[in-house]
Amino acid sequence: MTNATNRLSSATPGSAVQKPSLGQKSWIPAILIGIALTFLGLALYIPAINVFYQAFHKGFGPFLHNLSEPNFQHAIRTTLLLAAIAVPLNTLFGLATAFALAHKRFPGRTLLLSIVDLPFAISPVVAGLMIVLLYGRNGWFGGWLQEHGIQIVFALPAMVLATAFVSMPFVAREVIPVLEEEGIDQEEAAHTLGANSWQTFWRVTVPNIRWGLLYGILLTNARAMGEFGAVSVVSGNIAGKTQSLPLFVEEAYKSYETEAAYSAAVLLALLAVVTLVMKEILERRTGASRRKVH
Amino acid sequence: MTVSSQRISRSVGDSTWKVFWHSIIHMPWTWRIMLGYLAFMLFLPTAAMLAGSATLGPAEFWRIATSPIALSTYDVTFTTSLIAALIDGVFGILIAWVLVRYNFPLKRFIDASIDLPFALPTAVAGLTLATVYSENGWIGSLFAPFGIKIAFTRLGVGVAMMFISLPFVVRTVQPVLMQMEKEIEEAAWSLGASSWQTFWRVLLPPLFPAILTGVALGFSRAVGEYGSTVIISSNTPFKDLIAPVLIFQRLEQYDYAGATVIGMVLLILSLLMLLVINFIQAWGKQYD
Repeated sequence: MTNATNRLSSATPGSAVQKPSLGQKSWIPAILIGIALTFLGLALYIPAINVFYQAFHKGFGPFLHNLSEPNFQHAIRTTLLLAAIAVPLNTLFGLATAFALAHKRFPGRTLLLSIVDLPFAISPVVAGLMIVLLYGRNGWFGGWLQEHGIQIVFALPAMVLATAFVSMPFVAREVIPVLEEEGIDQEEAAHTLGANSWQTFWRVTVPNIRWGLLYGILLTNARAMGEFGAVSVVSGNIAGKTQSLPLFVEEAYKSYETEAAYSAAVLLALLAVVTLVMKEILERRTGASRRKVH
Repeated sequence: MTVSSQRISRSVGDSTWKVFWHSIIHMPWTWRIMLGYLAFMLFLPTAAMLAGSATLGPAEFWRIATSPIALSTYDVTFTTSLIAALIDGVFGILIAWVLVRYNFPLKRFIDASIDLPFALPTAVAGLTLATVYSENGWIGSLFAPFGIKIAFTRLGVGVAMMFISLPFVVRTVQPVLMQMEKEIEEAAWSLGASSWQTFWRVLLPPLFPAILTGVALGFSRAVGEYGSTVIISSNTPFKDLIAPVLIFQRLEQYDYAGATVIGMVLLILSLLMLLVINFIQAWGKQYD
């Protein structure tokens, strides 16, 4: 990947242009492509290459050394655990929401769809703040929780809540359009032919929505593993205890352990690359371009 | 007359209540999961924050919300986000245009890479941008001789905001551009319009709602951004301290009232932006 990107940013793109469209002047496309690639290079590609360069420019040694640090390993386990809890919860919610809203038309449906999307509009820090105000020491449930010795804020439960909050809408968002497009004819046919609802669900509905569903789960997982703001607010960021991988990146950087920061960052960057590759594969599977804004 | 209408309205009221309770009791399980999860995850936390800010009283709320440090963080957050979103707007249109209309090597790869800021965790984005745009970084060292510092200044905050908001413009403009027919441009051309006229008079008007939506989405994402901006900023008050970081600092000092008020300002702004975006999209449908 690094090689390909390097080659790409140094290539002169003008020669490959086939169809000049805006005007007959063939130099216009070449200049436009050049400007676009320069901007992308400065804004995306050079920073992306830098992650891999910083992590590996002294070979794999420092990376493997950092990988053996207990706090680093704990951060990896925490991140995996957060995703392992938040992703299934949000998948269940997303599927229920999609089945509840896809085929029904009623007043307030648009409002409900906007409410489901709301977590994307709320700043992650504000999301974290809400959780602290609810479960923290002076929060609504703070007194009750303290009496019963249950710790939510500055512990794993609040980190799970924050992670689930910020990645909530993805599955519903991806499955609703698929269900709307499919209609309910096939389900009705299955029913008429004597299938019960469970059989219909597993044999007809799930195969129909599987790519959209996978796409939603993929995006949920990427966000859940990468979330920083909301988790940072509620976690207390205690190394070896309530530190996820993104929090480890920031703390290592702040304490001038740049090497450790980049060792963690490169793992998260690999997650991003895998996510993008799978996204591309799923988009081709679903045929039409399903690109949209998240 | 009045008696009978009262009786009618009461019986209507009774039956709507009956329908309401009936629908609650016999609600499908999908609805139960959806509403239960929304109530627990979204409504309850939002209510806690609204209640928290309500106990302060309007005078106290206003005092905290308009304190000099709060005002300076709004200035840094909103102005920088707006400039970043507008720059992304210009380059986003260009990138979408190039991807839709021209062919060049590695086009598919570049198209897919536009989503990188969505997929890359923001802490990683902040880390690498802070390195690359620092005084001795790959890009920052090009600007340093001219006395321009990027990382750990407001400029760096802007760069991070541009990074995370870029896909919003490209991905909203791209599909509209794909649907537009080339014939219209070619007609404008053959009727003697210059490429500049074709761009301003023929291409831009139908794209305009999509561009506005993309810029508005990018702006509201940049306003709420924390992970990348906190790392690339020096977080100096009145210089490059942004509102989300101020919330975080207030919480660290156990100043819950301060955090809640600034949080409410951000929440209200993001709800307003949501309304604006819905309005733009409804208005843009007229072009379809």
